Amino acid sequence: MRIVAKMATGGPVEVLLVPLIAILASALLFAGFVALAGVNPLEVYALMYKGAFGTWFSLQNTLQRAAPLLLTALCTALPAQMGMVIIGAEGALVMGGLVAVAAGLPLVGMGAPVFLTQLVMALAGMIAGGLFVALAGALRHWRGVNETIASLLLSYIAIAVMNQMVEGPMRDPASLNKPSTGAIGDVYMIGTIPGMDVHWGLVFGLIFCVLTWLLMFHTSFGFAARIVGGNARTAKLVGLPVGFLVLAVTFLGGAAAGLAGMVEVAAVQGRANASLVAGYGTGGILVAFLARQNPIAVIPVAVLLGGIAASGGLLQRRLDLPDATVLVLQGILFVVLLASEMLYGRLAVPRLSLASFLRLRPQRS
Amino acid sequence: MTSSAINRRSLLKGATAFGIGGALSSGLRFGTARAATLTIGFIYVGPRDDYGYNQSHAEGAAAVKKMAGVKVVEEEKVPETIDVEKTMESMINLDGASLLFPTSFGYYDPHILKLAPKYKDVTFLHCGGLWKEGGPANVGSYFGYIDEAQYLSGIVAAYTSKTKKMGFVAAKPIPQVLRNINSFTLGARSVDPTITTQVIFTGDWSMPVKEAEATNSLADQGIDVITCHVDSPKVLVETAETRGMFVCGYHASQAALAPKGYLTGAEWNWEKVYTDYVTMIQKGEKVPNMLRGGLKEGIVKRSAYGAPVSDEARKHADSVYDKFMAGDFVIYKGPIKSNTGKMVIDSGVSQGQTDIALESMDYLVEGVVGSTS
Repeated sequence: MRIVAKMATGGPVEVLLVPLIAILASALLFAGFVALAGVNPLEVYALMYKGAFGTWFSLQNTLQRAAPLLLTALCTALPAQMGMVIIGAEGALVMGGLVAVAAGLPLVGMGAPVFLTQLVMALAGMIAGGLFVALAGALRHWRGVNETIASLLLSYIAIAVMNQMVEGPMRDPASLNKPSTGAIGDVYMIGTIPGMDVHWGLVFGLIFCVLTWLLMFHTSFGFAARIVGGNARTAKLVGLPVGFLVLAVTFLGGAAAGLAGMVEVAAVQGRANASLVAGYGTGGILVAFLARQNPIAVIPVAVLLGGIAASGGLLQRRLDLPDATVLVLQGILFVVLLASEMLYGRLAVPRLSLASFLRLRPQRS
Repeated sequence: MTSSAINRRSLLKGATAFGIGGALSSGLRFGTARAATLTIGFIYVGPRDDYGYNQSHAEGAAAVKKMAGVKVVEEEKVPETIDVEKTMESMINLDGASLLFPTSFGYYDPHILKLAPKYKDVTFLHCGGLWKEGGPANVGSYFGYIDEAQYLSGIVAAYTSKTKKMGFVAAKPIPQVLRNINSFTLGARSVDPTITTQVIFTGDWSMPVKEAEATNSLADQGIDVITCHVDSPKVLVETAETRGMFVCGYHASQAALAPKGYLTGAEWNWEKVYTDYVTMIQKGEKVPNMLRGGLKEGIVKRSAYGAPVSDEARKHADSVYDKFMAGDFVIYKGPIKSNTGKMVIDSGVSQGQTDIALESMDYLVEGVVGSTS
């Protein structure tokens, strides 16, 4: 009877079982879709496995693509713990990248130590991204502006500001046909994880996910924040600093995406330019929702989506499927996983009713 | 019962056959890749059926596909991030590609520059003309003087226009784009010096909504011939056709999208460039690190004239085309003034196509309405 009761209240079995059912159902639906396109689904899955996890190169490719998603997903997942839907990770990433370069270039010019420069760049990127998303939080808290719309529109502003800076005041005059800021130079670039061809952004992302999970689910701060998410008025009534919590959590989410931007310039591009707008922010929204806004669940989901992205190229090249194929798979996954939410608490429905039935009787007597 | 058993059996058989066939063909692929077949990877930044930049390259890839002894793999919509590095490595590691055509400008620095030293046996040929002396030996860069074809489009446009007002929808005020706007305008004004070109910058390479808005606003201003420099002219050409404007195409031919209004266009000729490269490599010749040229070298071409183009216009444009083909026509011959009244090329100064000064163009010539910032 105890086991039955656990099943019913979203215990570990259910938390694993429901997404698994959803993923299997999406896989079946997608198989039907590719079969309609005239391709053998088994071949598609074999190729996807090869492209995502099948070789050491593929695995690294997957992890590399997951790295920025880990950080941008937190930008949506953390504020979601407070009941806010923030979709401004793209803007926070761009701001983080731009400000990181702005902070790094003078230090590079002075010949500052490499580690110090990278640290300053990371902090600058995190503060920029954090303030940017906290702005949406502030608008929500004090002005009652819908944070989803605010963060979306602020993203457009961030991209416009970045373009303006890159094509104007911060432009490297030598970047003729692709306006960019000056480069920080190879010496100041963040390298790859030893023994792997994956940059340190992956480690930053993993650390950020674990730490914010601990913060949100194992500290009184996180508990307070989640109470605000449950009911902001009640939180105010019991004397929680709601405004501070809103700002702090949105700042933290933005800081994660800002760090992703810093990694993008310091580990990949070497400079800030329009390539920062690559859709990592929007990809992060998908990851956060699939992870049910749980920072620790962001990790496997980001790896799964990274793998889908990594294998997409192989599907295009070997089977002549269009690029949109993997988008279809992502779309199916998204819809089915969201729909599967209704399974929570219902998977064990017959047992639950039986249990409550059994429990009811003896209790009364 | 029996029918379901057969079904199941044939299904299994099919699956097995598929598996064996797959294993066999991949085994063969590997063997032949080493022996004779040259595996070539093409990478595009957008969709390869965009009626524009990416399609022009995909048409080149299609021409290569028809050659003997090659296997072509293609991947579209690859952003200019670490994604393109992974795509290139995936083509090298998983497909056995030894020749890559990463076709977007932004793929070069830092992505190709990072991979080229790592994969010395692979040849990287990049569109953009960015290779510099001292760059990696296994990297080649190519680009074309497409503004020659724009100049011809300008001539044709000038003869066709009734309002003497042209429109130009452009992505960003960077040298390559400014050069196209200026050459188009100089071509038009060589026919009628009263002609003006209204330019609208959309801010990015693929902005379909803004491009449509810009086209409509140009039409509202009484502009009757329009052209562009954006990645995919599709939306612009279709909008112009419904507004009854004349259109000069860009990147690839958009004649099919505007059967009534299409005049001519400036197109890339990657079919020739890519098949030439592959022939060179198959023969074991060393490919040049830098390849540039215009109409004469066959790197750019123009679309066939549409019905509205008058005989007079054809005759004039053809005569200038012949001069380009003979190699004795210079577009940027002084005196040329910018639209802010500044003398940018002095009288007596002649900047030929290969002149380095043109590579950092930062002005719009007299007759262009608009500003670079």
